[in-house]
Amino acid sequence: MRRVQLKDLAHARSGDKGDTVNVGVISYRAEHYDLLVEQLTERRVKEHFGDMVKGEVKRFELPNLGALNFLLHNALGGGGTVSLMTDAQGKTFSTALLRMEVDVPEELLP
Amino acid sequence: MTVQRGPIRIGSGQGFWGDRPDAPIEQVRRGPLDYLMMDYLAEVTMSILQKQRDRDPTQGYARDFVPLMAELFPDLLRNRVRVISNAGGVNLEGCRDALLEAARSRVGKSDERPRVGIVFGDDLLGRLESLVEQGHELRHMDTGRPLSDVIDRVASANVYIGARPIVQALERGATVVVTGRSTDTALTYAPMIFEFGWAPDQWDFLAAGVVAGHINECGAQASGGNCLVDWDTIPDLAGIGYPIVEAYPDGSFVVTKHQGTGGRIDPAIIKEQLLYEMGDPAEYITPDVVADFTTIRLDDDGPDRVRVSGVRGRPRTGMLKVSIAYSAGWKAVGTLVYAWPDAVRKARAADQVLRERLHRLGLRFEEVRTELVGWSSTHGHLAGDPPDDLPEVQLRIAVRSEDRASVEQFSREIAPLILSGPPSVTGFAGGRPRVQEIMAFWPALIDRRQIEPDLHVEVTEA
Repeated sequence: MRRVQLKDLAHARSGDKGDTVNVGVISYRAEHYDLLVEQLTERRVKEHFGDMVKGEVKRFELPNLGALNFLLHNALGGGGTVSLMTDAQGKTFSTALLRMEVDVPEELLP
Repeated sequence: MTVQRGPIRIGSGQGFWGDRPDAPIEQVRRGPLDYLMMDYLAEVTMSILQKQRDRDPTQGYARDFVPLMAELFPDLLRNRVRVISNAGGVNLEGCRDALLEAARSRVGKSDERPRVGIVFGDDLLGRLESLVEQGHELRHMDTGRPLSDVIDRVASANVYIGARPIVQALERGATVVVTGRSTDTALTYAPMIFEFGWAPDQWDFLAAGVVAGHINECGAQASGGNCLVDWDTIPDLAGIGYPIVEAYPDGSFVVTKHQGTGGRIDPAIIKEQLLYEMGDPAEYITPDVVADFTTIRLDDDGPDRVRVSGVRGRPRTGMLKVSIAYSAGWKAVGTLVYAWPDAVRKARAADQVLRERLHRLGLRFEEVRTELVGWSSTHGHLAGDPPDDLPEVQLRIAVRSEDRASVEQFSREIAPLILSGPPSVTGFAGGRPRVQEIMAFWPALIDRRQIEPDLHVEVTEA
């Protein structure tokens, strides 16, 4: 088992809906998808972001795309034009999530 | 209506108002195309347009759209390309009149004349009070508060409408169809309904159209722009080709772009766009259908071609979404740059000086936010602690208040820091921070039976 950053296993894109950020995480290789499902739990993602995400984290599975979609609630300081953040549209939450660490068995290392 | 058998090509020409100006021209001139869709409206755009109309009754639509169409009218008529856009904003008649005038000055007397179709019925601003009086509370979809809390501050109110009225305008021969707040996706799948004769309850076909619309609506973000996957190998972003949906009557389609253009289209890039601004992927709700994005099948179909198939949909809901903008106070953002040595310590000290000034002046703010651009403004605490020898950092302080005077006073407190605060500071050439009115967004739902009787189209020949 080796610990790697999520960015070595997946790419991602994020966007906003009001005060909620969505992050789509897409595995580069189909054989990594189950590993992401197992380790990128709502609880772990919420812990990863800490006080950057004030509300709950919801996860949705898209096995057809080898992807997970996360909704991070109350993460944009009010969202839209209310937000005072540089990243008021949550565009960089995608790469912030790719900093997370996951454990990969030797035979599945990228 | 004749039913098309072969594919139709629907190109994306604009992902938002302010997108690359020559992208729609390239889409029309660089290869075969049947329809060009252009999205001009973000959530905040309607309130800006409403303000423009309040100042000048001839305004209130996406002005750039008119000279663009003036340029393209001869191409559209010659090549049988039709345009669908939500450029009408809050002044559909104004947009139509400007388009007709532009068309008349551009097309010769003996030539075929373009027809402009407009779709009415999305603007609820004038009806809002009577709707609330009738018991429609228009509760905020996230907070549950009733609209009556802010109704005296509402600047614009528009309901997201679907593809059916656009289809009617196409049936009546419109060369250009202009809508107000139609959904972004409808601009792409309306021509599929029109060409293929899809019925209102062919949910799988309609859902496929929604997926195509979701891919097209952000312009080059589906053809290699803002793509993380292999981003540094994507060719010629300066000449990026915008996406084109090649749609088939069975609901499958291929995403592609014109030959010889920059960018890239492959399954990984399409996946990124499919997930953009996604909620529950099994419940992608639109006025015409609920699409299930977990049923999408993607296949590589050769260079810069991705085939999309298998999309399933479910019946539409009884509600439509209303987008309301209301005035929610004022804000301003000030920035200064601090240089090595101790750049971060100097920036933090300046932040403390400024906050103490704001306090001593007795100013009122709902929020004061400090960020260090160049270190942690995007990834926050995940960026860790800054190194002691960081060469430079930008201090960015933003404030928000219901009290305009407090925000104006804040904007006068940034520049004095240059002479009265910590040293090695620069980057203030832009002058005082601009005080901006905040237009907050209020999403709500309304029974579609309140809206649909008022939807209608007008088609006028130039």
